[in-house]
Parts: sequence; C-alpha cells; structure tokens
Amino acid sequence: MRVALFLTCVNDTLYPDTGRAVVKLLTRLGVEVDFPMAQTCCGQAHYNTGYRHEAEPLARHFSDVFGEYEAIVTPSGSCGAMVRELYPRMGERARAEGRGDTLAATLAPVVPKTYELTEFLVDVLGVTDVGAYYPHQVTYHPTCHGLRSLGLGDRPRRLLQAVKGLELVELPGAEECCGFGGTFALKNADVSAAMGTDKVRNAESTGAEVLCAADNSCLMHIGGTMARLSSGMRPVHIAEILASTEEESAV
Amino acid sequence: MSSRERILGRVRRALSDVRQDDTPYEQAVSRGYLREHGERSAEQTVDLLAENLADYRAVVHRCTAAELASVIGRLLAERGSKTVLVPPGLDEGWLDGTDVERVADRAESTPHELDRVDSVITGCAVAAAETGTIVLDGSPDQGRRRVTLVPDHHICVVRVPDQVVSSVPQALERLDPARPLTWISGPSATSDIELDRVEGVHGPRTLEVVLVSVPHPPPGPR
Amino acid sequence: MSGTFVGMPAFPEAAHEAVNNPTLRGNLRHATHTIRAKRAKAVAEVSDWAALREAGKQIKDHTLRHLDRYLAQLEESVTAAGGTVHWAADANEANRIVADLVKATGESEVVKVKSMATQEIGLNEALEAEGIRAYETDLAELIVQLGKDRPSHILVPAIHRNRGEIRDIFRREMREWGRPAPEGLTDTPAELAEAARLHLREKFLRAKVGISGANFMVAETGTLVVVESEGNGRMCLTLPETLISVVGIEKIVPTWRDLEVFLQTLPRSSTAERMNPYTSMWTGTTDGDGPRTFHLVLLDNGRTDTLADEVGRQALRCIRCSACLNVCPVYERAGGHAYGSVYPGPIGAILSPQLRGTASEIDASLPYASSLCGACYEVCPVAIDIPEVLVHLRERVVEGGPVIREGNKVVLQPAKGHAAERAAMRAARWAFTRPGALRIGQRLASRTRRLHPRTLPGPGRAWSGSRDLPSVPAEPFRDWWQRTNGENGDKGAAK
Repeated sequence: MRVALFLTCVNDTLYPDTGRAVVKLLTRLGVEVDFPMAQTCCGQAHYNTGYRHEAEPLARHFSDVFGEYEAIVTPSGSCGAMVRELYPRMGERARAEGRGDTLAATLAPVVPKTYELTEFLVDVLGVTDVGAYYPHQVTYHPTCHGLRSLGLGDRPRRLLQAVKGLELVELPGAEECCGFGGTFALKNADVSAAMGTDKVRNAESTGAEVLCAADNSCLMHIGGTMARLSSGMRPVHIAEILASTEEESAV
Repeated sequence: MSSRERILGRVRRALSDVRQDDTPYEQAVSRGYLREHGERSAEQTVDLLAENLADYRAVVHRCTAAELASVIGRLLAERGSKTVLVPPGLDEGWLDGTDVERVADRAESTPHELDRVDSVITGCAVAAAETGTIVLDGSPDQGRRRVTLVPDHHICVVRVPDQVVSSVPQALERLDPARPLTWISGPSATSDIELDRVEGVHGPRTLEVVLVSVPHPPPGPR
Repeated sequence: MSGTFVGMPAFPEAAHEAVNNPTLRGNLRHATHTIRAKRAKAVAEVSDWAALREAGKQIKDHTLRHLDRYLAQLEESVTAAGGTVHWAADANEANRIVADLVKATGESEVVKVKSMATQEIGLNEALEAEGIRAYETDLAELIVQLGKDRPSHILVPAIHRNRGEIRDIFRREMREWGRPAPEGLTDTPAELAEAARLHLREKFLRAKVGISGANFMVAETGTLVVVESEGNGRMCLTLPETLISVVGIEKIVPTWRDLEVFLQTLPRSSTAERMNPYTSMWTGTTDGDGPRTFHLVLLDNGRTDTLADEVGRQALRCIRCSACLNVCPVYERAGGHAYGSVYPGPIGAILSPQLRGTASEIDASLPYASSLCGACYEVCPVAIDIPEVLVHLRERVVEGGPVIREGNKVVLQPAKGHAAERAAMRAARWAFTRPGALRIGQRLASRTRRLHPRTLPGPGRAWSGSRDLPSVPAEPFRDWWQRTNGENGDKGAAK
C-alpha cells in the first residue's frame, strides 16, 4: 500500500523527528510512504481565526497535492479534522455564497481518504501491536479535535497499551482541553496559560515521565508550559513512541 | 406599522434563504426516542416510582385502600398538624382516621391565611415512575394550585397502579393542557449554592406520597 | 462592582482579572466540576439520549423555519384562553409595555421569577426608573440583587459566590430589602436557603403582580411552561392577581407532545436531575385558580436578526440549560462576568454578538473566547454546533460584510485591531501556496536557530510570557526527506 504523508506545516518546520518516526513506523508495517514535496499547510489556522477565504486557496492546494493518493496519513488530529470536517463545510459555505459547487467538488476527493495516524493504524492496517518498545511510564492526553471531531476514541490508548515496556497511567481530567486552541493561545493568553498549567499539574500528579499526545501543536503548548514550570516531564508525540523499538529506541 | 407586523415581517425576511418546505409536522421530526425506558410490570413501575420519589427526598408510604384513612391520620398526628386543607372533591373517607381541623379550599382565602395552615392533602392526576414525578391538574380532589404550595406539609395520595405511568411522554398523554398543571418531583430544592442540591426552600419542605393500592377491576365481558 | 454590562472591556482583559483571582477560580472549579460529573450520570441513565437530542434539534429547527406561522398560532391560542398578547421589537418597547401594565394595576412592587429575557432587557432597572421595585425571588438572583452584583451564570447567576460570601451578603443586605437575616446565620447551605425562605415569604404573600419568563410556549395550546426548583416560580405564577410573562419569540414549540422531549433533556442538562422539583404549565387564565389577568410579551430584541444568519441561527435553538457553561474550560477560568452579558459561557459567546451585534469591543472579542475544544457542542441537548458559529462570527469580525440589524441590512466594515493579523494571514497564505517560499522560510529559521531567544518581546509575550518557545530543528523534515528519500527510518538526521 502506498500512502502520502501529510506531515503538516508545524511538524515539517518544528518537529521533523515526528515525521521521521511516522516514516519509520509505517515502513516497518509494510506501507510505502511518500512525502509530496509540494505540500504546505491545510489552512486550519486561517479558517479557525476567521479567514475562511484565505484558507480556500490552501485547501485547493492540498487537494491538488494529495488528490491522486490512495490514502493520506497525518500525525495531527486537528489538521486531520480540518480536512475531514471543515473542508466539506468550506464547500457548503461557498455554495451558500452563490459560488457554485466548484470548491466542494475540488475538495471532495481528499476528504474520505485522509486519516489521522492512529486511525490509519487501527482501522486501515488493522493493527494495535505495532511491535514497539518504550520502557517508560506514559500518560496520554487526548487532544480535542482528535477526540471530538475525529472520534479517535480509545485507538491511541489501545496502541499504547500494546507497546512493550510501556506503563500507561490515567491522566486526571484527560478530556479537558490543554488550552492551546491555535490563535486562542495568543489572543487569550491568560486563560490559555491557566488551562495549560492545570493540564501540566494533572499530568505531574500521575508520576509519569512522559506526556503523550497525537498532536504536536498541543504538545508545543504543553511542553512550553512544562519547561516554564520546570516540570520534570517530557512531551512526546505518539508516533515517536510507536516507532521506537528495542533495536532503535527513542529517548 | 405595529410591532406585531414589524416582527412577523422581520421573521419572513430572515427566512427568505430557506427552501420552501411543506412537510406536515407529524413527519418533520424524527422521534426515534423511546416511549419508556425498559420494560416493567405494573408492579415494578410502582416500585420504581417509590424509589425515585424517595431518591429526591419525598417520604413514601404504601398501603391498601382500607388502611389509607389510618395512614393519613397517623401522618398528620406525627407531624403535629392542627389544621389540614382539604380540596372540595377529596374522598371524605380518607379523613376518617383524624379529627384535625379541616380548612376548605376557598377562592376568598388570602395567601396569609393559607400560610397558617399546617398541612394539605390531595390526590393527583398522574405519576411518572422514571422521574419520580407527581402531577396535579387542579381537579376537585387536588384544589387550586396555591393550596399545595403555601402550607409546609403536603400529603399526596396516588392510586396505584392506575395513576402511575412509566415515563414523561406517557404522563403528557394523560394530561389536559387546558388545565393548570403542576409537576412535582420531591420537595422544593435549590442548587444555587455551589451547584449542590439542598432541599427545602419556598414550596412545601415536606412532601409525603401515599401509594394506595387499588387493584384493577377484573376485566368484564365486552 | 457595577450592576450593568455597559462599557465592558474586551474579553481577554476582563478574563485577566478572573484568572488571577484564587477565590473565584476555586468557587468556579468546585461548582462546575460538581455539576459536570452529575450531568454525565443523569444523561447516562437514558439510553436514548442521542435520539432525544436529535428530536430536540429538529423540533427547534422546524419551529424557527416556520416561526411566523407558529407565532400567529400561539397568539391565537393564548388569546382564546383568556390571555393578552403584546409584541416588543426591542428591549425599550418590552420595558415600556411591562411598566405600563404594572402601573395600570396601581401597584409599585412586583415579584419576579428568574428570567433570562427580563435580565437581557434590563427590566428591573427600567421599572426602578418608573418607581416600581422588582424583587428577584430565585435564590441565586436574590444573592446577586442583594450583593449589587452581576449574574455570572445562566442557571446559577451567583455561581461565583461561595457559601461564606453568600452568608456575608445576607447578613449585610437583607435588612435593607425587608426581613433581616436570622441572628447567628451560618454558612451551611440549608440555613442560607432557610434565610431566603423567610426573607421572601412576606413578599410572596402580599404580591399583587408577578413577572416571569418561560422555558417553553406551546403554539397549538397556548400553554406556557416554567421549569424551576425552589417553588419561587410557583409563588409568582399563582399567588398574584396579575401575571406578566416576557418571553423570547424563539421559545415556541409547535405541539403539546414536543414537551416530552425537552422535559427529559432540560433537567438532566441543567441541574443534572431526572426531573426538577417543580414545573408549572398554564394556559391563559383559569377561573378561581391563579392570576385573573395574564399578559404575554413576545420579545424580539435581536432574535430575528439572528434568525437571518444561516449559520448563526442555530443559536436560537438554545433552551438555556447551561450545560455548555459547566463543561467549558474557558468559562471555568475566566468566570461569567468576563463575557459582559447576561449570557456568559460558550452560548453567550455566540448569542451576545448576534443579539447585540459586533460593534462593541466586548462583543467583537467574544467569538475568540474559546479554544474550539468542542466540549460545549458535545453536551448541548439541542446540538448547537457552538464552535462552528464561533468561527463564523470570527469571520464576520475580521471580514465584515452584510448582516441584518434591527431588521435592516447593513454592511459591516472589518473590525479595527485586526490589521496586523490580517496581513500575517495573507502573507502565510501567500507562502503556503508556494512550497518554495515556505522552504526558504524554514531554512532561514533553521540556520538562525542558535540566535533564537527563549522568550519574545512585544506581542510575542502573549506566548512566551507563560511558555517556552519550541527550539527550531537543524533542518526541516522536507530537507531530510530530500536528502534521504525516507531511507533508514529516523537515522541520519542532522541533529
């Protein structure tokens, strides 16, 4: 099976390790991974900040770049949700604005074949034990768009539970937002920081070494808060845990 | 232009983008929800009513028709009531076990007079088991709405299993919207202090519900 | 603290104070977490919750779609049952109607059931200006009124107060309004409730005029429904001789049967009970039982403007349960006052800027008062997609465009203060549609990475005031990919 990796602009620029982990993991599971070099950004930040019309060219670009692939895999719940939930809505809005079906038709092909990484593993590849080894105590934070927009459910947890050496500890208040929220983190910095602090305190209370999530933008916020609070915990993307093996273990 | 015309005009203009839709209302809403939750015998439904009434701090008593008067007499005596308000259509026999002074439900009574009455006894229109609710509809055995509101002690008699339904949808089916209706689920309560429930504010602080068994008459020949 | 919301600062500024107030944070955390767990349990008790939620949504959507027809039908039914129907296009008109009706009775005081609509229009202040004193009788409203405070929650307007603060307000203020607080009043909730009972009883028993809102109005029968807990509603609805109900036009349901949906979803969503203690239903007037005169004031006040917005109109489905407030992480930390409206929390953030427009600083900032986490949508018993409407209203703020205000089409200008953001968004869009440009930017960031500070000056402090910046890697993923074509997994990265 040949899939396109939609890494997201944030991961491409700031978290290449996550990208390499996805490639390693999928390759190990027999998937042929391609990284279309023309990919950029799904337009989520634009859309969610109120710049839907600026997001449209980005969505069209996404569709141009990824339209031909069998499946598109992304290690980001929120960018996955942008394509799956909000691209159809953008098409509808364009139609309601009297601009016809063009945008909807352009975006339609990529919608059903875009998968968040854990979804792709569990639903498409049908695996929960990916042969990973990660000898650490880990607590898992379900990020909001993965949880509520994509409905990832217990897929990430099932994957983590199957990792050799990994001890998964429950995060109190797990389903409460970490406070990132894209431009919310800047526009309402006080509330965002308060939410982040509470998330970190809850994570610390578990005694785990690692806080894992399936979205690096949330982890950027949580990790930045951890560093500022001098917490001993580390934020780690789930792909990096799942890619880690006894032969080549991640830190 | 009157405000009526102005508002209705605004509504019509606001909806100008909406497709014409003449689906009859019966088909416009999908009512895939349940008429009642779970299957129960009539007896189990009464048990559930008792359980849910008690869960919201109503005091529940169960008796036969023959015992009812003595139960009511005992409840009034235990409460130490000196006066009891009696709606005009209440079964006289229910009060055979007490000589507490009766107060009639009169249109001329002032709220202050009602405030001096110790207890009130009524029947009810219907009771819903799933929510532990009794409904009063102002029938002659229930009286005006205020008589079950101002006195601090309300004894409500429910004939079981006849007057008991399982659910809110079934209760609504039995009620007449033209009558003034009061749905009561436990004594008055508030969640206004730290979002935690406390019983006993303005309505009767003690609600006693007597479930009196009146067996179904045997089905007669048609 | 002022008793009104006029001249509120933008949300982030108002929230700043709340976030740094440990008492308030503690009160809100305690209350919202208590009710969250209970609501989840109450909802889990009914196996058909999803179907009830869908039916509630459809009933409301259908009603809104045919609102003109149902309003006319309701007017007819209420009139046939002995009531009088008035129409108020805005707050001033509604206040005028109510004040005139009260004056016509010759009374100078009224008792009130908790009502969002009358708070929205500022009825108490309007009556005060006419020499009429309005007594709030809901416990939380009483706490707010006695404390000269503002409401901070839809269901529990005094949620920002803990029991100790409530005791202090009662001790200090009750004597000014009537019967003083009992000697030696403690802060146990039962004693506080008893103090309210005693204080308000004299007012109920002498009241000649009651004022209420309604949770539902049934078009086919003309029945109004008030859902409550304490019995203050029953007092106001049945003891006075005259009853005036001020109700938003969106509170209609078409049929009697429709109540079977909302009477199951509303109590479980609001107080997390199977059923609230008291629900009153009345149809016009009844001979010899309750008020002899009944007036219904149908209120628009921005509702038809909201109805004209095809994305935003779903906010009119709201049944004011406040489940979205209780579950909202932003509300929990910012508190209700920061929303600058009687409608706080997620629903307030989409309702206020639609009812009032986005012209004021506070209203233009409300659509951003959310991390878009979606918890509000998940619990909403009528499935209002609050995040969708928030994003839609953000678009209205930054792009402007045609909207309806007071029934007239106006074209909004893009809001001030978003110029830099707009330029940044355009620049990003330009770069993101040109992969080459993106790559140049990424490489520049990587090559200068050792020079990057951990914190930023100026507007960047919004991030780095509380969070470290991520460190920029030696090379972006795409460069690694191009070098290795993904060979050898994660080896060979220039760290």
